[in-house]
Amino acid sequence: MNDSVTLSSTGDTTVTQTAFRKALLDPQQRVPEGLTNPDGKQADKRFSVYRNNVAHGLSEAMLTGFPVLAKLVGDDFFREMAKVYLRIHPPASPLMMHYGAALPGFLESFPGTLHLKYLPDVARLELALRRAYHAADATPIDPTALTQLDQAALMRARLKMSPACEVLSTKWPAKAIWDFNMKDGPQPTGGAEDILISRVGFDPMAERLPNGGAAFVRSLIKGRSFGTALGLATADTPDFDLTATLSVLIATHAITGIDKPD
Amino acid sequence: MSNNMKTVAVLGAVSAAVAASALPAFADGDQEKCFGVSLAGQNDCAAGPGTTCAGTSTVDYQGNAWKLVPAGSCETMEITDAADGMNRMGSLEALERDLPAS
Repeated sequence: MNDSVTLSSTGDTTVTQTAFRKALLDPQQRVPEGLTNPDGKQADKRFSVYRNNVAHGLSEAMLTGFPVLAKLVGDDFFREMAKVYLRIHPPASPLMMHYGAALPGFLESFPGTLHLKYLPDVARLELALRRAYHAADATPIDPTALTQLDQAALMRARLKMSPACEVLSTKWPAKAIWDFNMKDGPQPTGGAEDILISRVGFDPMAERLPNGGAAFVRSLIKGRSFGTALGLATADTPDFDLTATLSVLIATHAITGIDKPD
Repeated sequence: MSNNMKTVAVLGAVSAAVAASALPAFADGDQEKCFGVSLAGQNDCAAGPGTTCAGTSTVDYQGNAWKLVPAGSCETMEITDAADGMNRMGSLEALERDLPAS
């Protein structure tokens, strides 16, 4: 890629993208040489406005994308933190809707949030909900189709899972914290959670999975047969609750097809 | 891979799950655009932000000007760390004592 691109209004000088980008992300940097305003002078003011808007825009995008985190730490703190984040992790993709993907790791080492150990898991949940929102559409199965298979066919069958479907395992009760802040749920307690994320219509869903449910659903997502997934789940969790797990999958429209190998 | 659950149990479990979910399953029109899409945090957050003129002064953000401390509802969380068995204190205490110096 040609790094040298003409960015001045007169076209007779060039500023490299590297220099432009460096100055854009660091307010201590001077405006790159060669950036001129319509009067032919160094475009200090214009560049500062632009630099300010980039930082402000990314901060606001983060604030919008992590509503629970923002609520937990407060909007002011979140914005200041976002300004640090965006300089370490500027957008790697033009898809702004996924901006902030590196926030969980950032929160684990950021001095201001180091002690709030549950924040990274909350960030992971909010990111997963966003991914679910933007995942491809899929039509859920009519669940009664599941009851029309005999035992052998059911065990061999592979359930197709929605593109929005994923499993998030957290050390902290991220879903309980999410509910507490977004749905006036009860005071969060407990520890690790396995959370199924999927989407019903336009609405991302997050539901707790019972013990063994994460292994079961992850196997299904990998394309393993129903029988294999069940075996893996019960191997680790002898009292694996298949009914509860399937109920979550059905309610969240996570199953979109049944492949029946002959 | 052997299955620990008996055949009858598996088919029964599947039936139970399907029966329990049978009620509101596929109502037509549940794709109404006016509901659900605007839930905070689940909406198309990136379409709008980024074009504000809120900061059209020449003031630059200072990435290292760190002075704020978390001031939201994190203080209401009282979660102990079950993962490693360590009984850490609620976040508020840690928050007030462990603040970075600057």
